[in-house]
Amino acid sequence: MSLAGEVMLVAGKDLRIEARARVTVSQVLPFGAIVLLLFAFALDPDRGRLAAVAPGLFWVAVLLAALLAIGRSFGIEQQNGARDGLRLSGIDGAAVFLGKTVAIGVQLLALEVVLGLGVAALYGVDVTSVPVLILAGLAATAGLAATGTLFGVLAAGLRTRETLLPLLLLPVITPVMLGATRAFESGLGGDASQAWPWIALLGLFAVLYLSVGVLAFGPLWEDT
Amino acid sequence: MSQRGRDQRGRDQGDQNTRLLNPLVAAGIGWATLVALVLVGLFGLWGAPPDKVQGDAQRLMYLHVPTAWLAYLAFFVTAVASALYLWPRTRARVWDRLAGVSAEVGVIFTALTLVLGSLWGRAVWGVWWAWDARLVTTAVLFFLYLGYLALRRVSGDPATGAKRNAIAALIAFIDVPIVHFSVNWWRTLHQQATVFNPALNPEIHGVMAATLWLGVLAFTLLYVFLVDRRYRLAALEDGLDDRELDRAIAARVGEVQTTGVS
Repeated sequence: MSLAGEVMLVAGKDLRIEARARVTVSQVLPFGAIVLLLFAFALDPDRGRLAAVAPGLFWVAVLLAALLAIGRSFGIEQQNGARDGLRLSGIDGAAVFLGKTVAIGVQLLALEVVLGLGVAALYGVDVTSVPVLILAGLAATAGLAATGTLFGVLAAGLRTRETLLPLLLLPVITPVMLGATRAFESGLGGDASQAWPWIALLGLFAVLYLSVGVLAFGPLWEDT
Repeated sequence: MSQRGRDQRGRDQGDQNTRLLNPLVAAGIGWATLVALVLVGLFGLWGAPPDKVQGDAQRLMYLHVPTAWLAYLAFFVTAVASALYLWPRTRARVWDRLAGVSAEVGVIFTALTLVLGSLWGRAVWGVWWAWDARLVTTAVLFFLYLGYLALRRVSGDPATGAKRNAIAALIAFIDVPIVHFSVNWWRTLHQQATVFNPALNPEIHGVMAATLWLGVLAFTLLYVFLVDRRYRLAALEDGLDDRELDRAIAARVGEVQTTGVS
């Protein structure tokens, strides 16, 4: 089977499990939504302060929800010997990495759409450039999903994985957080032309960690 | 001597390699470190003149710059050792241990760099913390390697654990330039750096420069000394489990034999 076929197979498996169990939809998504409410409690919602910092709040909410989604992605492999089954299937480590990255990425994109609409409705932001938002969202999601999958497998199977994953992942994705927030500031009421360097940075980050994942996931997946 | 006894001795001999440096060299480095640190203290406090603008607060630089240098050196060594561990031809336990030990020293000195910088900032800038690009990058660096150490602490099978740690160290290392670049960009797009602007930064000369270089030398020696000591400790810790188990089994076997004979 071709690499693309294997990738789709793994991604399809994860997404099918999600479609049936609906953990992301029924638990992670509401969690992200309530984080949006929490920000309104923490900051003063009346004086336009929320709209001014909406890009940052949006990405923090996405990030927190992403941690849950990534943990879930490797949680499903722990049950019923699923991990051993996947390893025995003869699918290449790189294909497993890309497949799980695609599955996490699709779920994150769905999260971002819903949370984005929530931010637009609750915080009262002006959209100045839709292409900037879409491109920055796609590039940031790719980087987030790639690093998340990489650290997900690093922490998988360890006793303290729930607490270890955020500590490992959050410092590494500092550039994603910065780039995505700055790009969204430009796309939401700012000068859209300033977003392109940040989108380039997000793209670079995504390509770099996708490459690292393709190389490193195999050994991590086989051994641990 | 019994077969088991001979095996035991053979293994002990094989595991004698708990030292990174020759003991004499290590002792020499220890004394040299001490002398250099005392000299840095003397020159830093009395030998060098107070700064024209910053006054005595500038003296913190003689510690702050060397600790930062030591931290970068330590993380660089961690990355190199991790790469050597991953490379099949050079794969050896020593690289895994060295990577972990060096990262530990690096994290401590990154924290020290942040604390010293913060003290200096309070005295000179009037604030404990400023969102300067270098400060933010150093803070992220601290957390990057804190995560790496947390991962190392989760025990498991040593061989797979070592490979996992090595990959994690390299992932962290390649992140450093991107973090540095993005943070730099973030802070300079909005406002020009004022304090660290090269044009405004006065050159330092004479005793002050000499003291600074002495500090860098002293902390480099200190790094080698600390890594050597910590490596020894880590190697002995690793050996402890195996040896205690062997000893307990040997004792148990002896017990069974003596009771069996009678």
